[in-house]
Amino acid sequence: MEYEVVIGCEVHVELKTKTKIFCSCPTDFGGEPNTHVCPVCLGLPGTLPVLNKKVLEYAIKAGLAMNCEIAHFSKFDRKNYFYPDLTKAYQISQFDLPICKNGYIDIETSEGKKKIGITRIHMEEDAGKLVHQGATITTSAGSLADYNRAGVPLIEIVSEPDMRSAEDVLAFLTNLKAIIEYTGVSDARMEQGSLRCDVNLSLRPAGQKEFGTRAEIKNLNSFRAVERVIKYEIDRQTDILESGGKVVQETRTWDDGKGMTFSLRSKEDSDEYRYFPDPDLTPIIVTDAYIEELRASLPELPQVKRARMIEEDGLPEYDAGVITASKALADFYDGVRAHYDDAKKISNWIMVELLAKVNAEGMELEAVKIQPEQMAALLKLVDSGDISGKIAKKVFAEMFATGKDPADIIKEQGLVQISDEDALKEMVSHVVEANPKSVEDYKAGKTKAMGFLVGQIMKQSRGQANPAVINKLLAEKLDSM
Amino acid sequence: MISKDVVEKVAKLSRLHLEEEEIAQYADQLNQILDTMAGLQQIDTDGVAPLAHVLPIENVFREDEVGECFTQETVLANAPEQSNGMFQVPKIV
Amino acid sequence: MTLSRLTIHELHDLLVSKEISATELVQEHLDRIQALDGNVKSYITVTGDLARKQAKAVDAKLAAGETIGMLAGIPMAVKDNMCTEGIPTTCASRMLEGFKPQYSATVVEKLKAEDFVMLGKVNMDEFAMGSTTENSAFFATQNPWNADCVPGGSSGGSAASVAADLAVYSLGSDTGGSIRQPASFCGIVGLKPTYGAVSRFGLIAFASSLDQIGPLAKDVTDTALILNAITGYDKKDSTSADYNYPDYTAALTGDVKGMRIGLPKEYLGEGIDPDVEAQVRAAAAKLEELGAHVEECSLPYTRYAMPAYYLIAPAEASSNLGRYDGVRYGLRAPAEDVAGMFCDTRKKGFGPEVKRRIMLGTYALSSGYYDAYYLKALKVRNLIKQDYDRAFEQYDCLITPTAPTTALRKGNNQDPLALYKSDICTIPTNLAGIPGLSLPYGTDRNGMPIGVQLSGKAFAEPALLRAAYALEQNTNLTRLKPNQGKGL
Repeated sequence: MEYEVVIGCEVHVELKTKTKIFCSCPTDFGGEPNTHVCPVCLGLPGTLPVLNKKVLEYAIKAGLAMNCEIAHFSKFDRKNYFYPDLTKAYQISQFDLPICKNGYIDIETSEGKKKIGITRIHMEEDAGKLVHQGATITTSAGSLADYNRAGVPLIEIVSEPDMRSAEDVLAFLTNLKAIIEYTGVSDARMEQGSLRCDVNLSLRPAGQKEFGTRAEIKNLNSFRAVERVIKYEIDRQTDILESGGKVVQETRTWDDGKGMTFSLRSKEDSDEYRYFPDPDLTPIIVTDAYIEELRASLPELPQVKRARMIEEDGLPEYDAGVITASKALADFYDGVRAHYDDAKKISNWIMVELLAKVNAEGMELEAVKIQPEQMAALLKLVDSGDISGKIAKKVFAEMFATGKDPADIIKEQGLVQISDEDALKEMVSHVVEANPKSVEDYKAGKTKAMGFLVGQIMKQSRGQANPAVINKLLAEKLDSM
Repeated sequence: MISKDVVEKVAKLSRLHLEEEEIAQYADQLNQILDTMAGLQQIDTDGVAPLAHVLPIENVFREDEVGECFTQETVLANAPEQSNGMFQVPKIV
Repeated sequence: MTLSRLTIHELHDLLVSKEISATELVQEHLDRIQALDGNVKSYITVTGDLARKQAKAVDAKLAAGETIGMLAGIPMAVKDNMCTEGIPTTCASRMLEGFKPQYSATVVEKLKAEDFVMLGKVNMDEFAMGSTTENSAFFATQNPWNADCVPGGSSGGSAASVAADLAVYSLGSDTGGSIRQPASFCGIVGLKPTYGAVSRFGLIAFASSLDQIGPLAKDVTDTALILNAITGYDKKDSTSADYNYPDYTAALTGDVKGMRIGLPKEYLGEGIDPDVEAQVRAAAAKLEELGAHVEECSLPYTRYAMPAYYLIAPAEASSNLGRYDGVRYGLRAPAEDVAGMFCDTRKKGFGPEVKRRIMLGTYALSSGYYDAYYLKALKVRNLIKQDYDRAFEQYDCLITPTAPTTALRKGNNQDPLALYKSDICTIPTNLAGIPGLSLPYGTDRNGMPIGVQLSGKAFAEPALLRAAYALEQNTNLTRLKPNQGKGL
């Protein structure tokens, strides 16, 4: 039977505030265990939470960037369950009145464009970290609890089950990540756990309206894992259905090493969270004025930026898509563009040279030493004929390594292009005399020989000769022979 | 009417280990208590908002400014069991 | 001189005039605790060294000619559910036996700033759940008026220590009557302030939307003085009210002319001991005689307060008490795995009443029952508040009994439901978040003290103090002393 895949995502994004959601402990990563904690985030008896204003601001900004309605009245609720990483036996979260709802994110895939609905975005606190003593949670003799992460602010973004393929999901996550990065509310780095994704996946016979039973796969922390999980779950659920079985509604976990998901707990155990309004926290009233103030403070978002690059700068859709998928890259592009006009040239350099280097080094874009002004200066030096394109690549490599100005590198290494005809004529004569065979070939009509001779001259000039001048001089020389 | 099964389910949710005779006793007591609450169901509360907070206090925030943390030693001062600066617990599953 | 019998304001005058020293005063109390608390059993922890040190600091200030605050050097007791840095804070539970918080409750910090002298931490029903202090995991406290009676609860230790002159005043907490009912049973003044008037930071939560800290004292003036020190906005408590708190002693005029006082009929008649009802009517008559306008009124939803309360409070408690899981502090039962540790720790750590309320609350919040129980209770809570809102359009305060009876007999309180009913007069004010004051007003046929409750709208503490002070100044029924032979 043909099955249709139905996928929805729950994405947890860690907000980039200085302090935790309900206390003044720092959110910094690292540090010795249990040193970024206080009585409040440890949930010690008698302590009380007070909401970090920045968390509300960031949650609303994220909601606006995803086209959500912002709730004028919102509140916090307690989600009650026992687990050693939870200091109060409840997580402070939002249940029936989340801060944002009914938004969407645009995606574009090989199937075309579509909107993925955002059901809701709510604020909540993170739990602590458990270190298992032993190979895995199931074989460990015990566990150790570190509460440095307890109380770090999160937003949970819940999508509608609007996705139908891994490609949809990856496009959704890519755009979601970019939007979050642009708004500046989070670093949104999956590798570091500041963006985590749960995938809800079910199958239904093609054409059927009702959804099938879904499995929820928790805590995926790379795009690659998301892609693999989806493929794996589609196969697993197809096998179950084909063999006449029933998919169990449950939470599953992904073992990246084994490339398999396995059951964590069935839904009946975990469903009973006994949500109720947290009496320790007061309601949140958001005014239109505040919403508009935050809307006005939002930077240009990826979709808009992408459209601008295509329409105003004339970039191909592909280039604009790659550049806007990362805020750092788009910022770099904009920075260069402010000093240099030829958008396509900028894009080529970014897509080919810059990304190649960054990927080869496996580094973060934020760590790139080259400033946009320096990049613009390099392109101008090529345009003016001061250096050749080939030399420019060499200069670029040096800029990438050291962060130095291109002009300084050129001066230090003596890389200025030689366009002086007198100086080059000598080199041309020299090469022509040394390669009589090639000259003969050229005369016999083998134009390829010309290329060989240019190459030899460039080699002698250590790449600094102006190729246009060489071509002209060489042609004159050969024709005169 | 609360059955023993419900008592057991509630005890499990509450992480309370109950003995057999306690289950029966709690079932009795909870039923008696809930009986007295039956009167609530007769009150017409249509259009009445639930009152979770008695005072009209809203929008209480703190600024995003870092304050002092406990030292690890202080954090663990009351710990029943600890190891490597963390709280030791038995195996999870 | 029997210093321990005196009030804050009397002792303050003696300290300032240097007729006594704070050291002498604290020592007399410590000696008295040593001699008598073996019977009364009001203290869980006595902090003698700390108290002497605090007293010495006050004496030094006096010697240096510095002015001291009204509470400076006055020995007092703190209910054992308020966190005191470095001093055991147990909530009278095995669960927190040996727990020493690394922080103090805001209210304790505020008193510290007033140069208080803390004698120790006093007994209570475990986690403040109960009306007799018999639910303490450690020992029962006795009523200083009669050794066969309970002091009330949950702030039974707070009330008994003050009534037995083992502390000049004390702090209690009140979720459904836990300050006022024991004050009534022990013949002293107890006040539950408006919700939000005293910070809850550091008060170990029972039911967060109802809990409020307040004073138990020997007279109305002392009550006002303590309120001056403990009320105030606290940025560490989101539910703390940012309000312009007055000088409460300004209300102590003795003049009630023109005050409008309501006598709600739902609090009289069936279920109320006739002696208690007689004293409430007598107090109302006295106020009228002093120039107040008193009339009967009605709060029709009163009878639903008890069921609503016993859904809301346990629901919140079931969540608040989840943190006692054996991981980070307090009791831990040994177990193979984490689930076993949770269940065994909580089985051993909690007493039967705490377990009962956790179960009830968990049930009320469970899916399938939430709307019928918890949500319904919150709606009824609103109706109860609306009752009060209407009443306070007409009245400055209401006068009712504090409890349906005088002190209950000891050892006879196994029926939870019967005990829950002893809170029927005090619960409604907690649900509405309004202040309530219990004033002793005579005794019953057995010589046990009767409490009269005055309640008012939010932040109307001055009105309650005004009426109570007028009764205190114009009768000899409010400053009662237990018959020393019987209870001590």
